[in-house]
Parts: sequence; C-alpha cells; structure tokens
Amino acid sequence: MTEPALTADTANDVPILEARNVTISYGDKPAIREVNVRIPERRITAIIGPSGCGKSTLIRQFNRMNDFILSARLEGQILYRGVDLYGPRVDAVEVRRRIGMVFQKPNPFPKSILRNVAWGPQINGFKGDLHELVESALRKAALWDEVKDRLNESALSLSGGQQQRLCIARALALQPEIVLMDEPASALDPVSTSRIEDLLFELRERYTIVIVTHNMQQAARVSDYTAFLDTGKLVEFGETDQVFTRPKEKRTEDYVSGRFG
Amino acid sequence: MSGMLEPPPTLLRRRRRSRLFRLLCLATTWFSLFVLVVLLVHATREGLPWLDVQFLTDFPSRFAERAGIKSALVGTLWVISFTAAISVPLGVAAAVYLEEYARKRPVNTIIEVSIANLAGVPSIVYGMLGLVLFVRWLALGRSVIAGALTMTLLILPTMIIAAREALRAVPGSIRRGSYALGATQWQTIRHHVIPAALPGILTGTILGLSRAIGETAPLVMIGALTYVAFVPEGPMDAFTALPIQIFNWVSRPQPEFHQLAAAGILVLLAALLAMNAAAVFIRQRSQRNRA
Repeated sequence: MTEPALTADTANDVPILEARNVTISYGDKPAIREVNVRIPERRITAIIGPSGCGKSTLIRQFNRMNDFILSARLEGQILYRGVDLYGPRVDAVEVRRRIGMVFQKPNPFPKSILRNVAWGPQINGFKGDLHELVESALRKAALWDEVKDRLNESALSLSGGQQQRLCIARALALQPEIVLMDEPASALDPVSTSRIEDLLFELRERYTIVIVTHNMQQAARVSDYTAFLDTGKLVEFGETDQVFTRPKEKRTEDYVSGRFG
Repeated sequence: MSGMLEPPPTLLRRRRRSRLFRLLCLATTWFSLFVLVVLLVHATREGLPWLDVQFLTDFPSRFAERAGIKSALVGTLWVISFTAAISVPLGVAAAVYLEEYARKRPVNTIIEVSIANLAGVPSIVYGMLGLVLFVRWLALGRSVIAGALTMTLLILPTMIIAAREALRAVPGSIRRGSYALGATQWQTIRHHVIPAALPGILTGTILGLSRAIGETAPLVMIGALTYVAFVPEGPMDAFTALPIQIFNWVSRPQPEFHQLAAAGILVLLAALLAMNAAAVFIRQRSQRNRA
C-alpha cells in the first residue's frame, strides 16, 4: 500500500481514480512532482492550491487532455479502476468519453442548445431516444426549465452561468462515471457560481467529481475531500473538514487561513 | 479650480494627430472607391447601349452590331465551375493537413514556404505550366478542363493560405470541448473546426475565384484565344472566356468594338458580383447559430 496519510478511501481497495507516483513535466520543468492520490468514488474531491501549483496540469492528466501539449511528459501511473490510462491498449478517445471534463471558461459549441447536448452521444454511436437523453442531461444540470422552450436557439444566446451548466449537461449526456471540472465557476458571477455549487451538491450522489478551484470557500462548501497542492507537490489530502479545520501540515494551515497564496 | 479639466497643450497635439489619422484613412478609402466609380461610369457609358439580350445570346462576329458574348460567357461559367469544384476541396484539404495534422518538420516548413512563394508567381508562368502539363502531357487539348486545372494551380496557393488563417483562428476552447466529449480528431475537424472556419475559407475561395474569372494570360497561354463560335458542351470541349473576348475586342481598331468590350466588362463585373453575393449568402447561413 501507499502511504496511509495520502489514502482517503481505505474502505475500497481499487479506487475509481488514482495517481501513483505521478510526475508531469513540460520539457525539463516538472509541474507535478511525485504525487500519490486516490480519488474516492461518488464523492467530490477538490484540488486547491496557489496559482501555478499544478492543479490544472494534474486534472488534465486524468482524462488525457495533456496529450495535446506536445512537451508534456508523464512519469508514474494514472489508474482508472486499476487500469493504466496510459497503457498501450488504451485509446485516449475512449478515456475522454468515460471521464468527462468541464472547463474554466464556458465553451459551448456555436450550435443550438439541443445540438450541444446531443452531439457527444451522437458521435459515440448512441442509439436510444436522443430527446429523452437531452432532457435528462439538462435536468441533471438544472437547466431544463430555463431552456426547454428554446432548445433550437443558439447556445451562445445563453448567459455565462447557463452556458457553463450547458457544458456540464453536455458532459453528463455521455453518462460518464467521473466528471473533471477545472475551475468551473471562476469566470462566473456570484449568483451563477452558487447555482453551480448547488448543482455539484446534487450530482455527488451519482458521479465522482474532481474539481480544481482557487476559491477556498468554494472547496470548503462543496467538497467531501480536499487535496492541497503547492509547487507541484501534494502537501495534504483528506476529508475537507479535517483539511480546513485541523490541517496536519503547517503549510496547509497557512494556506487555508489565508496567510499566503 | 476652474480650468482644471481644460486640455493641456500636449493633449491638444495628440488630438490633432488623432484627427489627422482619421482623415488620412477616410481619404484612402475614398480614393479606392473613386477609382472603382470612374471605371464603372466609363464602362457603363460606353457599354450600356450595347448591353441587351441579343448581346448575351449572340456569338462573336466581325460585324459589331451582330456580335455577342454568348460563347465567352458560357465558357467562363464552365471554366469557373470546374475550377471551383477542383480547387475548393484541394485547397481546404491541404490547409487542414498543414494546420491540423502536420507536425513541425523541415519538410513541412519547406512546403509552407513554397506555397507562400507560389502565391506570388506571375500568372503567365502558370499558363506555361498548364500548357505543358495539361494540354500536352495529359493530352487534354485546349479544353475547359485544361483551363480549369491551370486556373486551379494559379489560385490554390492563395486559397490554402486564406483557409489556413481561418483554421488557425478557430479558438482552442472549441477543440478542447470537442475532444473532451470523446470525439476523434476527424470528428472535431469535421463538426467544429471547419464550420467555425467556413467564413474565412469562403472569403479565400471568393478571392481566388475572382482572380480566376478575370485572368487572361494563362488562358491565352494554353490557347483559348482562338475564335470560338460555339458553346462548350462538356469538359473536353474547346472554349473561350470573358476576359479573352474583351481583350479581343479591345485590340480591334473600330470604336464599336471598344464599346462592345465595355459591355463585356459589365457582364464580367456582374458575374463577379453574383459570385460574391453567393458567398455572402452562404456565410450568413452558416453563421445563423453564432452570436
């Protein structure tokens, strides 16, 4: 076993997502150093840390979005239910279908609301009732009531907060087990942010969510577990309550109490 | 404290410069418009009396009053349609390859530089290439298809460069959004990148085709300058084209033929405007869901 301090989900032997001794470098510069973390299933795990600590780098490695950055190099393993995501027989496209991602800036396609949600399932060969799927995804993303009468309108006519919930719906339509969110509310106003947070709370029963945030209050409010990264290293990982109220590390305490970062 | 917000002398100077620059821009805009207007007025005054249905439906003749532009107009439509049908897929595919697939390798850099250089090669050179390659080697003769292939060579570099610019301008966030939904590279390109780049690709296409419709030299080179009193019925038929017919008329001594040439210019401009209008229409349609 790995160090117990870094293992939150001891009850489950094979975690849904695990970084094992992960080092990620851009060229010669390591952005993440020897990180070990086990993401618990059907919980919200927040990754916090000061700007440039490697939060986004780590989360992009979880669904192989770093493949597009040619200089990015991975050492160690990322395991999805025990399967190495970078194994020779693994297809990155299939990885991304199963592990959804929501980005910092809402990025709906310049197409209708309906097409935005339906497109992912369509290209992945979905055969069932598309409208039902779209409705259920939009309901899960708490957007259905606002858009049900305008499904054929452009997604770009929605407000920023609505666009971000549309992007969440778009990810959920593929029925992923894991949804990665890279600062999903940082480009939104406080009202939209709190709607996204409410939504996260509803989703945690059904999905495993990993959320990167630089907003500590947000991490404290929405997450079950928190990982604190600093300069590419995992400083502390544990239940959110514990990390925020009884941090084991001095550095964590300094950060969560606002003394740096 | 009166006078606190009154402009200091330096600000007055900056303001003057700002106004001056605006006037300069205005003047250059008006100058280019002015040239166009002079051309239009001149061509209209000379050519409009000759521009009637008969002019469009008659074949060229050595009698000015019986001369028409039918074979040239139809020839141009044939050549430009084939040029578009060949150059658009080739140009877009080449641009997609260079922009989306090609890695940074020396051979690709050479290809890129060559394309940029080819865009500046004089059209007569393409005419010579077309003569040797298509008319002689491929034995296509002085046909519509040989003309269209030569025009394709001529406008491909421009179209590839414009299409690449358009593809490069597609925001990375759209690509990332697509990949994150389990799309392959082809699905991403086909459903998101090309549609988003379509307005820019169309602009490049229109620029290229507008150049092709007005080019004379390469067609003269591949031998379209002969007197043609019939309409091409297939891609292998001989043809003539509007600029060639205009050139033909202008080089005659009689003033009536010069007026015919002006009428021909009006027809050419109308064809050009129709093509531009079509492009604007397609662009509008493709942008319905944007904004």
